[in-house]
Amino acid sequence: MCLGIPGLITEVEPVDGLRTATVDFGGVRKRVCLAYTPAAGPGDYVIVHVGFAISVVDAAEAERTLAVLRAMDGVLEQELNP
Amino acid sequence: MRYLDEYRDPVLARALLAELAQVTTRPWTLMEVCGGQTHTIVRQGIDELLPGGIRMIHGPGCPVCVTPLEILDQAMAIAQRPGTILASFGDMLRVPGSHTDLLSLRARGADVRVVYSPMDAVDIARRSPQRQVVFLAVGFETTAPANAMAVLHAAELGLTNFSVLVSHVLVPPAMTAVLTAADCRVQGFLAAGHVCAVMGWTEYEPLAATFRVPIVVTGFEPLDLLEGILMAVRQLEQGRHEVENQYARAVRRHGNDEAQRAIRRVFRVTDRTWRGIGTIPASGLALTGEFAALDAQRRFGVGRLTAREHPDCVAGDILTGTKTPLDCAAYGTRCTPRTPLGAPMVSAEGTCAAYHSAGRRRPATSRAAR
Ligand code: SF4
Repeated sequence: MCLGIPGLITEVEPVDGLRTATVDFGGVRKRVCLAYTPAAGPGDYVIVHVGFAISVVDAAEAERTLAVLRAMDGVLEQELNP
Repeated sequence: MRYLDEYRDPVLARALLAELAQVTTRPWTLMEVCGGQTHTIVRQGIDELLPGGIRMIHGPGCPVCVTPLEILDQAMAIAQRPGTILASFGDMLRVPGSHTDLLSLRARGADVRVVYSPMDAVDIARRSPQRQVVFLAVGFETTAPANAMAVLHAAELGLTNFSVLVSHVLVPPAMTAVLTAADCRVQGFLAAGHVCAVMGWTEYEPLAATFRVPIVVTGFEPLDLLEGILMAVRQLEQGRHEVENQYARAVRRHGNDEAQRAIRRVFRVTDRTWRGIGTIPASGLALTGEFAALDAQRRFGVGRLTAREHPDCVAGDILTGTKTPLDCAAYGTRCTPRTPLGAPMVSAEGTCAAYHSAGRRRPATSRAAR
C-alpha cells in the first residue's frame, strides 16, 4: 500500500471538480488525483501513492544525483585502470 | 522506465559499494524506517552486499504490520453487519485479526471490497446510496493526504452513507520510540522518502540533534538506498549527525503544503497503539471534530473490543529490530505468506514476508546475527 511509484502524466482533466490525470506507469495507465500537485501537467513525472500524486519529480535534481553517482564510478574506473 | 531504471544500474551500484567500503572504518548499525525500503533491501540482497560491519536493522514502517489488532477486529465487526460494504487497501485483507481475517469473511458472504484509492470507496458510496460504506483508513503520512481528500470529498458531496475507520500512524514518534528503547542499537536512520515528500524533513532535525544520529531522507530504488547508506556512514565516520536529503528529486525541505493543509483540516494528532509495539504518545491521526460524523467507530459503536495476538508471533521484536524473522520459531513453517500468524508475514512491506519471498532460510541465522 505504501509503495509509491513514479509515472508520467499524459492527460489532465477535471473529474468531479478535482484535477485528475491519466498517468502512465511504464504501460499501465491509471487515474490519479492532482489535488496536491496543482502545478503538475502533461509531460511531468509524479510520485503516486494510492491514487494521489504527492510530489512532482524534479528532473534537474534527478540528473544531479545521477551525475554524482556516475562521477563516483568514473573515479573508481580511473583507480582500477590507471 | 524513467526514474526507475537509472536507479537500478548495477555498474553504479558496484561503484557505490566500493566507495562505501573505502569510507567505512568501523562497524555501524543503521535502520531503514520504511517497509518499502526493507522490501528492496532484502529482495536485492543489499544488506548482504554491504561491507562487513555495516548492519541494516529493519524498522517499523509497514502500515499493515502496525495497524492494531483492535482496529482489524472492529473492521471485521462492521463488515459482518448486513447492508454494509467495507472497503480497504488490498493488503489489509489477509492480516489476521483475533479470530479471522477480512478475506475469510468475504468468502463467507461479507461485502468486502479492495480499492486502489480511497476515492474509489467514496464512489462506491455514491453509487450505493442504500448501503453503508466504510473505508478502513490506515497507513503513514503517505496515505494520509489521500484519505483526507476522501473525507473532504464525501463531506462536500453530502454523503450520509460514507464513513472511515481511522488508524493512521506517524513516523517521527516511532523513530523516537526506537531511539529511547533500552536496547536500541540504531546509530543512524534512512528516513522514508515518501513520508518526507508529504511532510518535509524539518521534524527530523530535533531528533538528529537530540539523539546525535544522522538521518538521511532516502528513496526506494537500489541506488537510492546505497547512496543513503553511504551518506549516513560518511556522517558517522566524520562524527556528524545531521539531516541530509538523498532523495532530492522527490523531496523538498518543507514537503507538500497542500497535502499538509488537508491533513491538518481532517485529522488531529492522537496517541496510537502500534501492533506489536504498544501505545506511542502523539503517534497517530484521528478525525477532527469537524468530521466526527464520518467516524465509523462512533457510527457503528465498535469502540472497545478485546484482542489477542497469536502467542508464537514475535512481531513486536521484528518491528523494533531486536529480532529478525529467522529468530522466530514459526517463520517459514507454521507461518508463511499463505498462512500468516502475524501481520509482518502478510504485506510485501512486512519484514517476515520480505525474507520469505527472498527465500531466506534459517541457516543464515549466524550471518544475520553477526
Ligand atoms: S514469522 Fe510469522 S509468527 Fe514469526 S514474527 Fe513473523 S509474522 Fe510473526
